[in-house]
Amino acid sequence: MRKNWWKILAIVMISISIIAGLLGPVPELPILNETIRNVYFHVPMWFAMLLLYLISVIYSIKYLNTGNTRYDFIAVEAVNTGILFCGLGLLTGMLWGNITWGDPWPNDPKLNSSAISTLMYLAYLVLRNAIDEEQKRGKISAIYNIFAFPIMIVLLYILPRMTDSLHPGNGGNSNFGDLDMDNYMRPVFYTAVIGWMLFGTWIGTIRYRIRLLENNMSLNK
Amino acid sequence: MNVFQQVKTLVYKEIILEWRSKYALNSILLYVVSTVFVCFQAFKSVDSVIWNVLFWIILLFTAINAMSRSFLQESSNRQMYYYTIVSPQAVILSKIIYNTLIMLIISLIAFVVYSVIFKNPIGDLPFYFLAVVLGSISFANVFTMISGISAKAGNSSSIMAILSFPVIIPLLIVLIKFSKNAMAGLERSESFAEIGVLLAINIVTIAISLLLFPYLWRD
Repeated sequence: MRKNWWKILAIVMISISIIAGLLGPVPELPILNETIRNVYFHVPMWFAMLLLYLISVIYSIKYLNTGNTRYDFIAVEAVNTGILFCGLGLLTGMLWGNITWGDPWPNDPKLNSSAISTLMYLAYLVLRNAIDEEQKRGKISAIYNIFAFPIMIVLLYILPRMTDSLHPGNGGNSNFGDLDMDNYMRPVFYTAVIGWMLFGTWIGTIRYRIRLLENNMSLNK
Repeated sequence: MNVFQQVKTLVYKEIILEWRSKYALNSILLYVVSTVFVCFQAFKSVDSVIWNVLFWIILLFTAINAMSRSFLQESSNRQMYYYTIVSPQAVILSKIIYNTLIMLIISLIAFVVYSVIFKNPIGDLPFYFLAVVLGSISFANVFTMISGISAKAGNSSSIMAILSFPVIIPLLIVLIKFSKNAMAGLERSESFAEIGVLLAINIVTIAISLLLFPYLWRD
């Protein structure tokens, strides 16, 4: 219980955000209407993804400093889980875009750069498969991971703000947070964000433990 | 020897090696010129947007071809020898400087050949020139580190492409926007944000390369 409280907290927070998000009142805005509820589901995915990639970079740095294989496992499983959340974020975004923009994938800088940053992390996984030797694999992929992270930040959070974009919060469009979210929505939104971040970390730790077990089993054979 | 002297010596060594064979530079120059001709034969004439984008794509592939070799020519024995006498920072810095020089030469020649063959009016020539110079420096910075990584990963050419394309795309987007502004002859202050981002990406890339290369190098 002492170690698991945050997992229960994650479940509780996500449940609260789903129930309050689907049933609670939202401001009536033109075009958006009820789709503003997507902010409870779409945005937290990206927060969770960013947290997981951040964890991955931190453990890559730790791996380079110590050479401990466990850190490498944490880094790779964080990326794996991050890619899952990135996919969910793209899906929920496309669902929303289909209704408000009339097109699931308009040619928009924010969308394209999120797809490109996914390519970067897929390249990280391909790079891992290309190297057989375990220590070399850990080291080289950690180096690429650290190298890619600041570029991902530029891609997702700086470039779309410089150009015209349909996406809220970019290219002169206001954030939902500034204008449209009223005082009821805000706490639900933050609950959802923290809940999904904890949930993502939980999935990551489970995947890490499975990988650790598999590794031990193949060593004992 | 301090790091700067080491860098100077290593760059000098690279230039001498290149000058003796002239293989890399000549083959890359031939590659650029023939690509430009292929594009010219295919397109005949293009409008200004495509002109700009085509130039950057030609430059991108040339850069990948030129830079992917930069760590392969060093045998592991020679790397071991460097390891005993110079610091890793000096090695990566010398590679970056040498690659920047090569990229500048290549892109300037490519620019001249390209604009002679494909005639197209450029509104603000000095500023377009600045875009080309900044672009070749950025390509050299990013590709040097990536080619180091892919050289360690064994089978180079496909890994190089997979690793470098996602990383280079943000640079390419900014460069295309910047050079498009220069082509249209817009007010120069319109492009300051792009120049800022380019410089920032370059500084970050060099800093990360300097920090990470010692780990990459040690085998």
